[in-house]
Order: sequence, then structure tokens, then C-alpha cells
Amino acid sequence: MNNLLTIFIAMVIVNNIVLAKFLGLCPFFGVSKKLSNAFSMGIAVTLVMLIASVSTSVIYNYILAPYKVEFMKIVIYILVIASLVQIVELTIKRTNIILYNALGIYLPLITTNCAVLGIALINSAENYTILESMVGALGAGIGFTLVLIIMSGIREKLDLADCPKSMRGLPVAFLTAALLALAFVGFNGMV
Amino acid sequence: MKEGNKTTFWKELAKGIVISNPVFILALGLCPTLAITNSVTNALGMSAGVIFVLLCSNIIISGIRKATPVLVRIPVFIVIIATFVTILSLVFEAYIPPLYKSLGIYLPLIVVNCIILGRAEAFASKNSVLLSAADGLGIGLGFAVALIIISFIREILGTGSLEIFGRQLFKLPGLSLHPLTFFISPPGAFLVIGILLALFRWIGVIKDE
Repeated sequence: MNNLLTIFIAMVIVNNIVLAKFLGLCPFFGVSKKLSNAFSMGIAVTLVMLIASVSTSVIYNYILAPYKVEFMKIVIYILVIASLVQIVELTIKRTNIILYNALGIYLPLITTNCAVLGIALINSAENYTILESMVGALGAGIGFTLVLIIMSGIREKLDLADCPKSMRGLPVAFLTAALLALAFVGFNGMV
Repeated sequence: MKEGNKTTFWKELAKGIVISNPVFILALGLCPTLAITNSVTNALGMSAGVIFVLLCSNIIISGIRKATPVLVRIPVFIVIIATFVTILSLVFEAYIPPLYKSLGIYLPLIVVNCIILGRAEAFASKNSVLLSAADGLGIGLGFAVALIIISFIREILGTGSLEIFGRQLFKLPGLSLHPLTFFISPPGAFLVIGILLALFRWIGVIKDE
């Protein structure tokens, strides 16, 4: 239990996937312009990450590791994740049209989101069990959502700020991320 | 005919390095750019890997472009790319284990690097093998140039010295005693790229959007 809590906290703040591991930067800079979009994107990523981690973890522990074909994991994982995203998209479309309208456009983007594959790879590199992978993925998803929301809150205000012309847009977003990452460095040593 | 082919080859090559530099101008492939630029050695290893995968996948994808059904092209591209990344990671693991270790999960993550799938979809699936090879090489070199610039700045400021594959090239007197370790930490990566992007816009290399 203690171990699971450590993994969770480490994934949410100490080893935050965006600010410390640099995964999922494209949606981080692309979707973080509005608060409501950021929240939807965060939820969609968390959902896919959770399902993808559990399935890749099952495949790794019961198929790849026993038969010593770990080197196949890159090809297998990317196929699993791509088809999972399709299935999740179709399921949400059939069952909950409101949720689909909110998340719809983000779901296809998630296939090439390096955070999802990244978490699957971290799980197998650390030799996590299925339960540990699940907790890790949940932590990573929550960490992603948290940072995305903070960032979009800042960027909504930043649009009104009068900054030099050459700094506008992406450069100032990077500098904001630098300050945010610096704040998160403060959590180092917590776990 | 041959002469014409040659000039377009060089044009495609140059285009990737300067006019549509994947990192500074298109802002693609940011994850590896930020994560592994803490040393020049890592940047060189990652660049070599990306150039290899981009070149091979562009050649193969453009070679089979007429046989690929349009509906399933994306999965086909992804499997081709993933195959080359697997080859690359096995080669790195066997011949340069220290580099393989320091690149960590970012080596397999080349699969989801948007630059590679982007070039497959936007260029290699529509153009001849020779042009696609030039495009792959050009974009790959553009990526390498960006990575080397960023990692050079970060390593010099962050450690005060420059070390390539374990061999120390030079050492700055004051800085190596009290290095600004901030620059090799994650926040430093964001800061360096942000300032470089702003600088390139300021001197007019990047046009405003």
C-alpha cells in the first residue's frame, strides 16, 4: 500500500510527466490556451493512459516477458494504443454524446501523444506489476491534467499582458513553463 | 533530366535544415528536444537515431506508396517507423550501451516523434524515393542542428565544460568550478528553448505567424 502511494505521489508531482519528463508537450502547448479545453484534454488523456497502461502491462507481463520477446514492445505497444484510442472513441460516441462532443476532437490526437506510450514504456522499464502500472498511469494522468490546468490559467491572463513582440506566443509559453518547472523542482526529495 | 533531379535533391535537403527547420520553425518533436539536450553526446546520439529512422522510413514509405491503401496508410506508416526504431534500439543496446542507457525511454519514443510521421504523411507518401530521401535527410539534419545548438548552450552553462563521448574538449576556468546546474535541469531546457525561439524571431529568422 505504501509502495503504491509512493508511486502515485511521485508520478503526480515529483516526476511530473510534462515538467520533469517532457512527455506530452504538444498538447501542453497546443491545448493550454483555454481553461475548459485544458480540462477536457486532461480527462481524455488520463482515461486513455489508464486503459493503455493496464493493457500494455498485461501484454508485457504475460506475453512478452515469459517468451523473451521484450524487443517487440515498441511495435506492439503502439498498435495496442492506436487501436485502443479508436475503441474508446467509438464507445464514447455510442454511449455518451455529451462527453463525446467535449472530448471528441482530442481523442485522435492522443494516439501520437508521447505521454501514453511513455508511461507504458516506463512501466515496463521499472518492471511494475499490473496494479502498480495502473496507479502510476493514474498519477501521471492527474499530474498532466494538473499542469495543463495551471498552465492554461496562466496563459489566459498572459494573452492580456503587454510583452515584447518577438516573445509573444510560443516563446513566452516556454518561459512560463520554465518557471512552473522550477516551482515543481521544489518537490524533489519528497519521495 | 538528371541535372534537374539533382538540383531538386539539394533544394529539398536545404529546405529541411533552414526554411522549415522542424524544431525552431515548425515547433515539432519537442519532447526529445527538451529531454535529451542536457549533454552534446546525448544530442548527437538522438540526432543520429532520428536521421536513420527518418531516412529509412521515408524511403520505404515512398517506395510502397502506390501499393498502400489510403484508408490504412497511417497504421502502415506507424508499423514501418516502429520497426526501424526497434532496429535502432537493438543496435544502440548492443554497440553503445552507455548512450542507450542515458537516452532511456526517449529512444523508443522516436516512434511517436511527430516529425517522422508528419514527413511520412506530408511528403514521402506523395513523392518519389529520391526526393523523399532528400527530404528525410534534410529534416533530420535540421533537427540535429537544433539539438546540437541547444545542448551546446546547456552543457557549457550547466557544467562549464564540453565533453563528447567521454573525451573532454575544453573547460571554462570560472564556470567549471561553480557551474550553473540550473541549465542541465528540466526548467533550464524550457528557458533555453524559449529564449532561442524569441531570439530567432527578433533577428528575423522566423517570420511572425
